[in-house]
Amino acid sequence: MKNIVWLIPLFPLAGFLINGLGRRFITKTVSGIISSLTVLASFIVSCIIFSDVREAAFTPQTIHLFDFISAGSLHIPFDFYIDQLTSLFLLIITGVGFLIHVYSTAYMHEETNEGFARYFAYLNLFVFMMLLLVMGANYVIMFIGWEGVGLCSYLLIGFWFKNNDFNNAAVKAFVVNRIGDLGFIIGLFLMIKTFGSLTFTDVFSKAGEMTMGSGILTAITILLFIGATGKSAQIPLYTWLPDAMAGPTPVSALIHAATMVTAGVYMIARSNMLYVLSPATETIVAVVGVVTAVFAASIALKQNDIKRVLAYSTVSQLGYMFLGLGVGAFTGAVFHVMTHAFFKALLFLCAGSVIHAMGGEQDMRKMGGLKGRMKITYITFLVACLAISGIPPLSGFFSKDEILGAAFGSNVIYWAVGVLGALMTAFYMFRALGMTFHGKFRGTEEQEHHVHESPAPMTVPLIVLALLAFVGGWIGIPALYGGRDNFGNFLAPVFAQSKALATPHELSYNTEWILVIITTSLVILSVIWTWTKFAKYKAREKEATGLEKILENKWYVDEIYAAVIGKPLRAIAGWLNDDAEKSGFDGMVNGVGKLVQWGSRQIRLIQTGRVGFYIFGMVIGMVILLFIAFYF
Amino acid sequence: MPIQNYIWLSIALFCIGVTGVLIRRNAIIVFMCIELMLNAVNLLLVSLSKYHHDASAQIFVFFIMAVAAAEVSVGLAIIVMVYRHTKSVDVNILNRLKN
Repeated sequence: MKNIVWLIPLFPLAGFLINGLGRRFITKTVSGIISSLTVLASFIVSCIIFSDVREAAFTPQTIHLFDFISAGSLHIPFDFYIDQLTSLFLLIITGVGFLIHVYSTAYMHEETNEGFARYFAYLNLFVFMMLLLVMGANYVIMFIGWEGVGLCSYLLIGFWFKNNDFNNAAVKAFVVNRIGDLGFIIGLFLMIKTFGSLTFTDVFSKAGEMTMGSGILTAITILLFIGATGKSAQIPLYTWLPDAMAGPTPVSALIHAATMVTAGVYMIARSNMLYVLSPATETIVAVVGVVTAVFAASIALKQNDIKRVLAYSTVSQLGYMFLGLGVGAFTGAVFHVMTHAFFKALLFLCAGSVIHAMGGEQDMRKMGGLKGRMKITYITFLVACLAISGIPPLSGFFSKDEILGAAFGSNVIYWAVGVLGALMTAFYMFRALGMTFHGKFRGTEEQEHHVHESPAPMTVPLIVLALLAFVGGWIGIPALYGGRDNFGNFLAPVFAQSKALATPHELSYNTEWILVIITTSLVILSVIWTWTKFAKYKAREKEATGLEKILENKWYVDEIYAAVIGKPLRAIAGWLNDDAEKSGFDGMVNGVGKLVQWGSRQIRLIQTGRVGFYIFGMVIGMVILLFIAFYF
Repeated sequence: MPIQNYIWLSIALFCIGVTGVLIRRNAIIVFMCIELMLNAVNLLLVSLSKYHHDASAQIFVFFIMAVAAAEVSVGLAIIVMVYRHTKSVDVNILNRLKN
């Protein structure tokens, strides 16, 4: 196994180089095939590694490639670390990534040859960076990938760079991510200072010797979590993700499902030792997660852009994952990452298919009645809606249930708020389904004429993802339903150390049954209620008022940020530019020049040209020198 | 004769030289006053050389006299040129060099 691990990131990198450097020479077909095949090759290697990891005798392995940084006592090798968690993420990234690549070959066919190759080069680089992130054996390699996905998201969100709004969205994503990255990198420095190493195994074994809840561990974990809020779009740094919809739709699918936003969840799951040892941070993570879950879901209720609904849905689902991490249900959080990758990629690709058919229209108020014309898209979208809403026995049910169960064990309020979020999830997803596929067609005649089912490269990934979204949860059926929880057992070694420190509250089967029945029946009621409202949606003319208006405007968070942070910053920058620089620094520099000129004008006066005066000055000088020589 | 007498004489000669340089305007007089200062120093060197029974100072004196002779010839030549140019040996006229 050791000798093929390095192939996994190498394939997408090669694809990136070929497409990036040869973008002027290769045709669309060639670049599409190359980049899809490289990711497929990575997926195959990941499968081989996964089968190795599944063997009972497997122990986590570090694969040394070369020495990266060596300064004094600090050694940072360029190592890969393969364990159960890594191999799982490898499968998700390359598997879902491959399907998105295939889908993109059809979705982007209207681009020019060069744009097409550039797009696939970025896509491959994105996958490469994400692979680096999950494969690194220390936080520095992780950080390289961490920054790399930030860069790629910037490049892809601003892919249509001729549109200024898209560029602004890209810059916003980059800047907001930088804020989080600052926290992450300070956390790394603090770790170097505390542990003298950034290698996972060293850090965790040294952290295990520290007392629980020590200040330094709390500081490190909070700083790392700030990084995670930026990358994984949690309050207060989530605002970039909805704007990231400016990119091509498959890119949204890639960002939301396979790469990028799951980085924060991966990082905290990887650092589970540190987080278990600092309960204060765990509480913060759980509260931020559950608040984000409800907050973003509430915004999604009133959005009319189909991609924005999905974007806020992602923010909300990520909130659930962080809730899971916060209450110590690391397995549940990772499980939800996986199922979410399936159904969210599916939702975005379906949305892309719809937008494609509608000729670029994204407003759901102008859609409707598409189910007859786009059968495959409709059925797969329906599967994804059921999965994300948590209807048994689809995948989302099992993963969300695991998180909510753990949340109940930790604090009933978490559970109640989480269920509220789940109800909202069912509402906004079925609202989107009803507005898009049911009722009467509300677009223009030209659009109606244009509507068609997408070609095979787009529908096949939809079908595959729909199957995964349907059955993906079955690998982790808990003992409650007579399953064996293969998923939990598979990941158990990763979290064994931390589990020994803090045993999660075990619920009795009776309690769990009651919780599940309450949640599921509420969700089903929510679905039915939504259906009665939106199955025959008609556009209303009247303006929204009150709470609806606040929700439509996303709680005015962007406006608040602009007023509280943006405006003062701009005022300070303006003051520095107009006043501080011009009269301060420029004044200082010019002042020195003026002083010299003025001084020389004064001193010039004593140069009279009279020889007697010079000699007199010389004699006086000598007398003074003699005087000094004798008396001092 | 005690050494003090020589020293006082040197000081007197030197001060006369300095005063002459400062207050006279005739270039030739100024020049002579400079020579006077040089010779005041020479006198001091010679007398102290005798006092300390050390001949090296007298060597200096010979050097100074030789250099002074050369300097006088250059200086007088300059004064002659100045006179030809300006028809005057007044040092204050020399500020015309300024422009």
